[in-house]
Amino acid sequence: MNMETRSLKTSAETELASLFDGAREQLAGSDAVIKLREQAFSAFDERGLPHRRVEEYKYSDVRAKLKSASKLVAAGSNAEAKSALEAVETYGDLERYRIVINNGRLMAELSDIEALKGEGVTVSNLNAALADAQDEADGLLNVPSIAAADPMIMLNTALVLGGAVVSVGEGTEVSRPIEIVYTASTAGARYTRCRIELGKRAQATILESFEDNTAEAEGNAVSDFVIGDEARLTLARVVTGEAVHVSSVLMNIGGSAEVKAIGFNMGTDFARTQSFVTFSGEHSNASLYGITMVREKQHSDHTLVVDHKVPNCESRERFKAVIDDFAEGVFQGKIIVRPHAQKTDGQMMTQALLLSEDASMSNKPELEIFADDVQCAHGATSGQIDEDLLFYLRARGIPEAQAKMLLVLAFLAEAVEEMEDEGIVSALEGRIRNWLSVEE
Amino acid sequence: MPAVQETIDRVRSIDVDQYKYGFVTEIESDKAPKGLNEDVIRFISEKKGEPEWMLEWRLEAYRRWLTMAEPTWARVSYPQIEFNELYYYSAPKNTPGPKSLDEVDPELLATYEKLGIPLREQEILAGVEPKNRVAVDAVFDSVSVVTTFKEELKKAGVIFCSISEALREHPELVRKYLGSVVPVSDNFYATLNSAVFSDGSFVYVPEGVRCPMELSTYFRINEQNTGQFERTLIIAEKGAYVSYLEGCTAPQRDENQLHAAVVELIAHDDAEIKYSTVQNWYPGDKNGKGGIYNFVTKRGDCRGRNSKISWTQVETGSAITWKYPSCILRGDNSRGEFYSIAVSNGHQQIDSGTKMIHLGKNTSSRIISKGISAGKSENTYRGLVSAHRKATNARNFTQCDSLLIGQDCGAHTVPYMESKNSTAVFEHEATTSKISDDQMFYCQQRGLSEEEAVALIVNGFVKDVIQQLPMEFAVEAQKLISISLEGSVG
Repeated sequence: MNMETRSLKTSAETELASLFDGAREQLAGSDAVIKLREQAFSAFDERGLPHRRVEEYKYSDVRAKLKSASKLVAAGSNAEAKSALEAVETYGDLERYRIVINNGRLMAELSDIEALKGEGVTVSNLNAALADAQDEADGLLNVPSIAAADPMIMLNTALVLGGAVVSVGEGTEVSRPIEIVYTASTAGARYTRCRIELGKRAQATILESFEDNTAEAEGNAVSDFVIGDEARLTLARVVTGEAVHVSSVLMNIGGSAEVKAIGFNMGTDFARTQSFVTFSGEHSNASLYGITMVREKQHSDHTLVVDHKVPNCESRERFKAVIDDFAEGVFQGKIIVRPHAQKTDGQMMTQALLLSEDASMSNKPELEIFADDVQCAHGATSGQIDEDLLFYLRARGIPEAQAKMLLVLAFLAEAVEEMEDEGIVSALEGRIRNWLSVEE
Repeated sequence: MPAVQETIDRVRSIDVDQYKYGFVTEIESDKAPKGLNEDVIRFISEKKGEPEWMLEWRLEAYRRWLTMAEPTWARVSYPQIEFNELYYYSAPKNTPGPKSLDEVDPELLATYEKLGIPLREQEILAGVEPKNRVAVDAVFDSVSVVTTFKEELKKAGVIFCSISEALREHPELVRKYLGSVVPVSDNFYATLNSAVFSDGSFVYVPEGVRCPMELSTYFRINEQNTGQFERTLIIAEKGAYVSYLEGCTAPQRDENQLHAAVVELIAHDDAEIKYSTVQNWYPGDKNGKGGIYNFVTKRGDCRGRNSKISWTQVETGSAITWKYPSCILRGDNSRGEFYSIAVSNGHQQIDSGTKMIHLGKNTSSRIISKGISAGKSENTYRGLVSAHRKATNARNFTQCDSLLIGQDCGAHTVPYMESKNSTAVFEHEATTSKISDDQMFYCQQRGLSEEEAVALIVNGFVKDVIQQLPMEFAVEAQKLISISLEGSVG
C-alpha cells in the first residue's frame, strides 16, 4: 500500500529512450505522424514499462520480464523472409491469401496483393500511408478511449516499423481467408501495426499468425479493426514462438455487425494478448474466444475489455486455459456497460485446467455496469482434470496419458468449435493436438 | 430484466431520506485537542490508563502512518480528508467506569433506548423469550459506556468487555493477540487505527466453551468532527463457539465523519466464530451532503484445524463504505464464509467484498454477495480468492449478484481468483441459472417457476444465517433479504 514514487528507470526503459532518440531518422511518417510518435513516447516515458503495481498488468510484469530492450530489427531481404515463411505451418494447406510481414515490414512481393485486388480488397504499405498522413495521422494510429492509458500501445505508436492497411470494400465478400503472417528472420524488436477495415456489408475471414522462431525476438503488435455496419468478420489469431510478445487488438464495431474471433496463446515465453472491443452501433454482436496452452515456465495473459457504448448489443466471451509444469495463465476480462446502453447482453466465462502441481492461474472477470435493463453474467472456474471422467475413459481401456489428452482436447475444443468454419476449426485443433503430443 | 415494483418499493423505504437515527444527543463530552500528533496519542493512552508497551505500540504505528499514502485503488471518490481537522478522542463526561447503570448519564440511556438497544438487563430478562438475550457493549463516540451481562458471562468463563478494560485486566491476552491478524502497518487506515484507537470490544472464549448468549456491540457516533476508531478483538480457544454482532448509527450532520475500525478474529482448533454486522451509519442526505466514511479493516484468522469463521454483513448506511472482511484459512480443514447484502441509495458509494486466502489443506470457503444499487449510488463487489501452493484440495464457491434500480446508478464486480494449486477447485458464478441443478429440479418439479425456485433456494440459504441475528437487527435484515433475485445481473 505504500506507493513509492519511482524516480529511477530500469535499464530497459533507459535503452528504450535512447532507442527512440536514435531511431527518429529511420521511423516513417509525415510531420503529423512524427508529432504523434513523440507525444506517445513521452506519455510512455512518464509511465515506464507496466509492472504489477499497474492494475491492468497486475499479473503480467513486463518491467520485470524485460531486462533489456532489444535494438529495432533491421529489414530482411525477400529470400530471408521466404525461408522464415517456410517454417510457418499454422494453417497447413488451407486455401488462403497471404500478406507477409517480416521483421516488421510488409513484404509486398511475397504477398497476394494483386489477387486480393481482384476480390475487392486493397492492401497497402502502412509506411507509405504514414508518410502522406495529415492531421492526427489520418486516424491510422488511433487508440480507443478504453486503451488510451496502455503503455505498450503507446510504445507501439512511437516505434512502429511498418505493417499493412487492408481495406475490404463495401459489400465485398472475400472468397478465401486472408492470412496475415508475421515472421522474424533476424533477432530484434519488432513493432508492427496493421489496420483492417471492413466496409459496409463486407464479409471477410482474417487469420493472423505470429510465428516468432528467433529466441530473442520481441514483438509488439497492434491490429486495428474497423468494422462497418452490417459487416461480418471472422478472426483467428495464433501467437507462438519463443519471444516476449505483447499484441493488442483494437476493434470498433459498427451497427448490426457480427464478429467471431478466437485468439491462441501458445508456446510463447511471455505472451500477452489484449483486446479492446468497442460497440459503436446498435444490434451488433461479438463472440470472442481465447485459448491458452502453456508449459515449462511460460506465461500467457489474455486481457479483454468490452465496451458496450450503445444499447442492444450482445457479447459472448469464452476463454479456456490449459497450464502445465511451472507455467502461469492469466485472464482479465472486463465488460463495461455505459449509461443508457440498455438491453445489453454480455456473458463472460473463463475456465482453467491445471495439469501440474506447480501450475498457476489468475482470473479476474470484471463487470462495470451503469444501465439497469441489461443482462450480464460472468463465470470462472479453475481446477484439475475430473477424476471421474478420467476413470470412465480408463475403464474402457484407454491408457492414462491418452485419456488425459482426449479430455484436454475436448475441453479446448468447446471454444474452438464455436468458430464454425470447418477449415479453421480443423487447423486450430491440429495445433492443439501437436502441442499435446509434445507433452509425452 | 428490470426490477419488479415490490423490490423498488422496499428499497425506497430504506432510502437515505428516511434515516431514523439522525438525532443528536446533547451531552457534555470530553475531547482530545483537535488534530493528530504524538501528544494526542499520549493523551489517549493516558486517558485509558494503558501500560507503557501499548503507548509504544501506538507511537510506532503513528510513525509508520506518517510515511504512508492514502489508498486510491477503490472505486470511490471523495474530497481529501483533513486528518488534522478531526478530534481523535471524545467521551461523554463522567463515565470512566460507572459501577452500575444508575451512574450512567440518563441522557445516554435515553439515547440507547431511542435506538432500541437494551442496556438494562432486567428489561431483557422480562422479555417474552428469555433465550434471545443479548449481551451488549455500547460504544458512544470514543468510549465504551456499558457492558451488560458481564457477570453471567464470567460464570461461563467468557470475557466480554471493552478493549480498554481488557488492556487493564488481561494485558497478557491483548498483547499476545493484538495486531497478530491485522499487522500494525497493514494498510493506511489500519495503521491510523492502531495509533489512535479509542475503544471497542474484547471477547475471549476459553477452551470448549460455547458462549451462552449472543454478544453484541452497538456503536454510536454523536460528537461533531470526531473520528471513531474502534478496535475489536475476538479470540475463540480450542472448541469454543461465539456469535458476535455489531450495529452502528450516527446523527445527521452536514459534514463527513470518519470511521476507521479494525476487527481481528482468531479461531483456534475446532473453534467457530460468527461475526455479523448491521451497518447503518448516516449515509448523507439526498444530495450527497454529509455522511460517514466507513473505512474498515476486518480479518479473521482460522489458525487451528477444523476452525470456522463466518462473516455476515448487511450494509445500508455510510456515505462511503470501504471494507473487505477476510478469512485466512491457515488451519487444515478450516472454513471461511462471507454473506453480504449491500444496499446503496442516494449518493452512497460502496466498495466492499472479501478475501479468502487458502493456505491449509482441505480448506473451503463460500462467498455469497448481493448488491443492490438505486438512486445515484455506486456499488462495487471486490473480492479475492487465492490458493497457496500447499493448499491441497482447497474449495471455493462464489456467487455475486447485483441489482440496479434506476438509470443513474452503477453496479460493478471485480473478482480476483488466483490458484497456485492444481487440486484447488474454484467456482465463481454470477448467473441465476446455475444454482445447484438438483435443487432447481426438485423445486420446479413441485410446480414452482424457475424464478420462484431460485428465490426460494437463495433466500432460504441466506435466511438461515440471518435468522441467527437477534431480533433488534433481524428486522432490517429480513426486509432486505426478502427482496427477490428478480432482474439481477452478474
